[in-house]
Amino acid sequence: MDSAIIIEKGIFITVIFAITMLMAMYSTWAERKVAAWLQDRVGPNRAGPLGLFQPLADGLKLFSKEEFMPDTPNKFLFILGPAISMSMALITSAVIPWGDTLEIAGSTVVLQATDIDVALLYVFAVLSTSVYGIMIGGWASNNKYSLMSALRASSQMISYEVAMGLSIIALIMMSGTLSLREMAAQQHGMNWNIFYQPVGFLIFLVCSFAETNRTPFDLAECEAELIGGHHTEYSSMKMGFYLFGEYAAMFISSAILSILYFGAYNYPGMDWMAENAGANIANILGIVVLFVKICFFIFFYMWIRWTIPRFRYDQLMNLGWKMLIPLAIANIVLTGIIIIIADKL
Amino acid sequence: MSILTIFYILAAFTLATGFLTVVSKNPIHSAIYLVLCFFSVAGHYLMFNAQFLSLVHIIVYAGAIMVLILFTIMLMNLNKENEPNKNLLSKISAAIAFGLLGFVMLATFIKTMPIIDTYKQSGQDYQSIKVLGKVLLNEYMVPFEFASVLLLVAMIGAVLLSKKSTSIQ
Repeated sequence: MDSAIIIEKGIFITVIFAITMLMAMYSTWAERKVAAWLQDRVGPNRAGPLGLFQPLADGLKLFSKEEFMPDTPNKFLFILGPAISMSMALITSAVIPWGDTLEIAGSTVVLQATDIDVALLYVFAVLSTSVYGIMIGGWASNNKYSLMSALRASSQMISYEVAMGLSIIALIMMSGTLSLREMAAQQHGMNWNIFYQPVGFLIFLVCSFAETNRTPFDLAECEAELIGGHHTEYSSMKMGFYLFGEYAAMFISSAILSILYFGAYNYPGMDWMAENAGANIANILGIVVLFVKICFFIFFYMWIRWTIPRFRYDQLMNLGWKMLIPLAIANIVLTGIIIIIADKL
Repeated sequence: MSILTIFYILAAFTLATGFLTVVSKNPIHSAIYLVLCFFSVAGHYLMFNAQFLSLVHIIVYAGAIMVLILFTIMLMNLNKENEPNKNLLSKISAAIAFGLLGFVMLATFIKTMPIIDTYKQSGQDYQSIKVLGKVLLNEYMVPFEFASVLLLVAMIGAVLLSKKSTSIQ
């Protein structure tokens, strides 16, 4: 491997890391602004214009708070919990295609950290591993409430992972690939997967809410019953990592949603743009389009959070096991029948 | 050379975490060492360039089975080091059973060597999911389906066991 590729990918990964962090940072600001807007309030407006420096002030506050260590025999695991949560939220961005190729100084730059054959499985592997952050952190806190909510959160995550995996199988059957880049390329123009897989999209969307522990599935931090959730004992920046990891996961899951179902970096009229304004301009516009879609989904997450109340625990489990999973299986069967009929015609 | 170094580091890590899984007194530490062991096994698969196998290994073993085991340990509150000491006979029999299982695995790998050669000669990329899926659902259709029937039977058994005895009667 020559060093040019390593430098190129290194720069690219650093940029993606910075963008993810920035998006997660400003998601906390956007969350408050959206909440204020939906509740007819002003929201943060003291730190900087429109309260835009609020995330910086929050970061400073979290850093300068007292670092409290509970009386636990597992100090190492206690620190490991938020670290796993944060790194698992960030690591998914390695396989996401952020755009098509760009021509810079005569060489073609692929806007993806790595294009592996089994990118979708990689996403699921990371997703299934991210449960450990909550479980280990909650257990190592040596607090019954933390343990209870860690168990709640992780049982919720593994239950919804099943439905999520099943909902994606129909999509894989249709597109015939596990590579996210190929999947994005197939949705050229306006040929988005949402038009072929509306039911699958709905199941996937509901499951992503559950996977990122957002309302109406945020039973992990049900303040009334569980004090503060699995991060009750955490303080200072370790607490910040849990919260920040949640926002980073929200950004990444919005990206996955837009790539799988909403046509990734494709937009209607992209061929016309490529012919008239050049391939580079068209592809840069594609990146912008992808980020607009991601921002819409982040807004959607917040919209739902401030609209729908939290589910009860048994309702959550009923929805996951008795509704979403049968629906996903029916969707697979239906998709299979339609594919066979379409092949015959 | 560097590949060999990576292999040695990975193999040492696998063996060390496997050993620690067995000797740890605390069941939760034991489970976490086992998770690390599974991750290093996935690393071994990656070194064979078997991306599919390594990711499925992580999803199934580290992501599903170990989470459930950790879950059970936490729910049953086994985190006190109160595991009763098993007697020597059961320890020896467990060791023999696993030794035999290892022997069966080794025999399987030796038996498959000539088949691997035919795959190598066919010149197809057997790491890609397309080829893997075709082989699995054409040549090995019946064993593949038997495996799923086995899993189904195990699942039904688990559901039956977890049901309260009053509802069965």
